[in-house]
Amino acid sequence: MRTTHLAQSRLPVLAVLLVLASVAVMTLLVLLPLFTVFHDALSKGVGKYLASIRDPDAISAVKLTLLVAAIAVPINAAFGVAAAWCVARFEFRGKNALLTLIDLPFSMSPVVSGLVWVLLFGAQGWFGEWLIDHGIKVIFATTGLVLATVLVTFPFVARELIPLMQDQGSDEEVAALTLGAGGFTTFFRITLPNIRWALLYGVLLCNARAMGEFGAVSVVSGHIRGLTTTLPLHVEVLYNDYDFVGAFAAASLLASLGLVTLVLKTALEWRHAGELSAARRH
Amino acid sequence: MNGDTPVNSPLPADIRAAAPHALEIRGVEKSFGRFPALKSVSLQAHDKEFLALLGPSGSGKTTLLRVLAGLEKPDAGEVRFAGEDFLALPVRRRRVGMVFQHYALFRHMTVAQNIAFGLTVRPRRDRPGRSEIADRVAALLKLVQLEDLGKRFPSQLSGGQRQRVALARALAIEPRMLLLDEPFGALDAQVRRELRRWLRDLHDAAGVTTVFVTHDQEEALDLADRVAIMKDGELIQVGAPNEVYENPADPFVYDFLGAACRLPGTVTDGRLAVADWETKAPKGAPQGPVDVYFRPDEVTFAPADGAGLAGEVRAVAQRGPDTRVDCVIEGRTFELEARGPTLPAGVAPGLSLRVKPLRPRVYPVQP
Repeated sequence: MRTTHLAQSRLPVLAVLLVLASVAVMTLLVLLPLFTVFHDALSKGVGKYLASIRDPDAISAVKLTLLVAAIAVPINAAFGVAAAWCVARFEFRGKNALLTLIDLPFSMSPVVSGLVWVLLFGAQGWFGEWLIDHGIKVIFATTGLVLATVLVTFPFVARELIPLMQDQGSDEEVAALTLGAGGFTTFFRITLPNIRWALLYGVLLCNARAMGEFGAVSVVSGHIRGLTTTLPLHVEVLYNDYDFVGAFAAASLLASLGLVTLVLKTALEWRHAGELSAARRH
Repeated sequence: MNGDTPVNSPLPADIRAAAPHALEIRGVEKSFGRFPALKSVSLQAHDKEFLALLGPSGSGKTTLLRVLAGLEKPDAGEVRFAGEDFLALPVRRRRVGMVFQHYALFRHMTVAQNIAFGLTVRPRRDRPGRSEIADRVAALLKLVQLEDLGKRFPSQLSGGQRQRVALARALAIEPRMLLLDEPFGALDAQVRRELRRWLRDLHDAAGVTTVFVTHDQEEALDLADRVAIMKDGELIQVGAPNEVYENPADPFVYDFLGAACRLPGTVTDGRLAVADWETKAPKGAPQGPVDVYFRPDEVTFAPADGAGLAGEVRAVAQRGPDTRVDCVIEGRTFELEARGPTLPAGVAPGLSLRVKPLRPRVYPVQP
């Protein structure tokens, strides 16, 4: 009794201090920059802001960003499900090596993830000559952007699903098999519904990163305006041109994307905590 | 369950015994890496028989069950069901109803959807109509006494209810064989006992061959027509519950089927000597030094000048209808049991007495 009493009387002071400190840090490091983005974007008025967004280069950057994400995210969703299924359901040699490989993009600088494609497919790269001979362009083209994005974002879905699938075990799938279901039926009626929210969560994070990726795509892009600049690259190009309103207007789109992702992510964590992997259950 | 399955076994026991086995397991072997999980196991089950696979963990009983289900492929051996090569069939074509220790219900489906699953995944031409499926689900829910819970989700049920749903789901496909993997392992003792009788009744009503894996000897002896006892991937003994309980093939089985007391003894010319107590040796006892086993509740107590093993009472404790008597015999402490609420005369802490095992069994001394 005494200890709880002590704790109760002391905790509020400490707690209030800690909360205040956290709020101060959050304001300084997160809210202030976020505010600046929108403030600077609108500093010359709404008309100028809208004009920057309607600029053909900006529109093509948005389209390219959406296209790259639309290709990279499904690829990684499929890869993530396959990898998680492999790791969670089977024992095989090199399982730990595979797990480490899946994590590699997290621990490696995105610049390297871009550079490897240049080294492979660039004009001076291993397959460069062959590609030139056959008229295929990878580097400084959409293909390169997709490859770089896929490499950088591939851990997200797999990382989200592996702990959940390991936790759930294979009993339900085995039960479905004994009840006469085939592999496809089992996958679509048992496996997928059991991981759907975690998959969505992983896809959400993967998508946010795919659209926001800068380092890796920067290396393979070549910054050809209206052709190979994604939204983050577009921000850089404009910023280097001293077009601050344009840069911040484009940045505000990215920031909005971040906010939407955050809201969806929180909603998922709140509504479907039980169906996300253990690490995500708050 | 439904119209075309007989309610009672149609064959008298003597004809059943002569009938070909429904399930034939011959020389099945399986190893995981270097660990041999099954070492040439051969076993048969009659049609509509309730067979229990009993053994400690790691004895291979679950592996054998998974081989029957088609979830493990044996390295060698043969499994036939109703004359058909079972190993050649994939899991989904074997039509075995499997029930798992942790229920394995589909968590995103309602109870009714769970039960209907096996019917809804059939190819279109074999699939019953929507209303027929609904009727069957209703009948199965009634069978497992969960009529009102069809719309619930598994997470809203108790453990016992979940396992009944799992059983209904397995029965929905009209299985040729029921495979139960420690189905009551995750339930508390009270629910276990209730479900035990219920399962046996269900088995009799459904008329399917059932293989039941358990490590609980009481459950196996209580439920099964025959018990197959396994140890380290080998089949040690198969027989009716009473038969294996009365005649355990070796000390392991004796020990596993119930509490056991052990003392060293000697058999010479049909006489068994344990310390200064001598009695007639049981039939078929080996000559020479032996291990003598007896059940702690199969003893009588006599005064110190009577016949039996000389012992000294350490403690006496009333335990419900029985009394536990801690007794030191030959320097070892045994927890013996006296039936009934009143203690025999002369049994009190600190007193010397004689303990006479009623049915001692002897086995050659283990190397």
